[in-house]
Amino acid sequence: MNKVDWAVYRDISINGLWKSNPGLVQLLGLCPLMAVTTNFVNGLGLGIATTVALVASNLAISIVRHLVREEIRIPAFVMIIAANVTLIEMLMKAYFHELYGILGIFIPLIVTNCIVIGRSEAYASKNPPLQAGFDSLMMGIGFTLVLVVLGGMRELVGNGTLFDQAHLMFGEAARGLTLSLGADYKGMLLAALPPGAFIGLGFLVALKNYVDKRKAQTVKTPQAQPIVRITPAGESA
Amino acid sequence: MIFNKRTSPVATGKADVSTLMQQVLYALIPGTLLLVWFFGWGMITNWVLAIGFALLFEAIMLKLRQRPIEPFLMDYSAVLTAWLLAVAMPAFSPWWLIAVAMLFAIVIAKHLYGGLGYNPFNPAMVGYAAMLVSYPVQMTIWPEPVHFSFAHIGADQAFQKVFWGINTGWDALSGATPLDAVKVNLGLHKTLEEIYASGHFGLFGGDAWAWINLAWLAGGLWMIQRKVISWHIPVALLAGLGGIATIFWLVNPQLYASPLFHLLGGAAMLGAFFIATDPVSASTTPMGKLIYAAGIGLFTYIIRTWGGYPDAIAFAVLIMNMAVPLIDYYTQPRVYGTKRGWLG
Repeated sequence: MNKVDWAVYRDISINGLWKSNPGLVQLLGLCPLMAVTTNFVNGLGLGIATTVALVASNLAISIVRHLVREEIRIPAFVMIIAANVTLIEMLMKAYFHELYGILGIFIPLIVTNCIVIGRSEAYASKNPPLQAGFDSLMMGIGFTLVLVVLGGMRELVGNGTLFDQAHLMFGEAARGLTLSLGADYKGMLLAALPPGAFIGLGFLVALKNYVDKRKAQTVKTPQAQPIVRITPAGESA
Repeated sequence: MIFNKRTSPVATGKADVSTLMQQVLYALIPGTLLLVWFFGWGMITNWVLAIGFALLFEAIMLKLRQRPIEPFLMDYSAVLTAWLLAVAMPAFSPWWLIAVAMLFAIVIAKHLYGGLGYNPFNPAMVGYAAMLVSYPVQMTIWPEPVHFSFAHIGADQAFQKVFWGINTGWDALSGATPLDAVKVNLGLHKTLEEIYASGHFGLFGGDAWAWINLAWLAGGLWMIQRKVISWHIPVALLAGLGGIATIFWLVNPQLYASPLFHLLGGAAMLGAFFIATDPVSASTTPMGKLIYAAGIGLFTYIIRTWGGYPDAIAFAVLIMNMAVPLIDYYTQPRVYGTKRGWLG
């Protein structure tokens, strides 16, 4: 057994959650991202389903990666992914039936989600199972975070509520979780419609780029400051 | 001897952004005064709030984008956007509706796309369309136009309505615009004759609205005379709208409103002279302007007649804004001595 190289896992986490976040940087899987994130719970539901599909498929793909000939790898990957997604769909139908009713076609459509096949092709088919699984998990969590934040934003602006219909996922006890801006708030329909998803995602991408830019600046400034300080009084800019 | 250093004998006079915008603002005055006559305080609160919010958002965005604030704030472009929105939105609009509309117009449609000159969409119409989609109820309640509205609804009542949403018993004064009335009643399978007989539609579609449209027309003609805008866009837009309206009206005058009603009953004149002519988001070639504006006229009729909204200038302008790069590409005027292009 080789020594576990933690740096690899750290890089995988940073990549999946932030640096090449599927929702914000790779801009993959935009179709479900736009269509489903009308509220927080829907986003969370689809995010978890996608994450499970990602991890299960890429684990399997990584295990069989030496057995699959290069020429037929894409059909083989797609079949593995489709089988996994079908399983997830059936599980959701059984245990989260109402949520399944809302997410509907977007659960089977995880098969076509570019994030899944993209991670298989770019990572799982070239790396050992443990790393591939962890990479999928981080990518899935990164995607879920975007879905949840976007869903929350759209729900808050479009409907004036947050965590509405939480009982679909967490059982009856979660009914009380729903927050509301009050009856006076007139929901902004645009946020709940597809254009709202595009505008919201645009703002999230902009926010991410802004944070990155600020971080890059703060890294630079400590080096620049001492030089300013040692100049004679009156000359410093 | 003093030589004339101007590069071209035709380039006389001052033609910067603020002069141009100022002239457009002057041309808006007659129509706006009529709106104030018919809607009183409701139009004044609209106007003041819109311009106030527009300048506020403009200043904030200029500051965020680290641009000089004063020259851009003083070029009247934000004021024009605000003014157009103020007259397009229903009188007595609540303050938050105007604020969100200006947020969409100035922040999203203008500055996020790179500021004045870079916006592919008409900012005022983005604000209007976003509000119409988001708050259809608030955006379609127009008060009934009454002569000298100040006498009917006092300032205190207007302020209560605009700032606190309190309606002090003048609901009876609210009514539908002519376009709205026709659309709703046609949906109830009434003939146009019956609809006209039921309300005070005046000579061709809402007395007050016809007068307001004629005032926009007057302002627009003045702008053409002063060469602030060229004739292409207004003429093509009105011809496109009037043309298709005439065809359907001749086919069945009981089901399709007359071309005059379409030209004078809604926002056609305001759209043709003040909105579609926005120099940034409109087509720039002469042939392109004709295609662009005729397209707006066509889409306006289509959406008004078969779409879900009573008026459609905003949507039609936005649709054709999207087509402008393509139109401009195919309608480049022929350079003298070269072969004739596809459409130029």
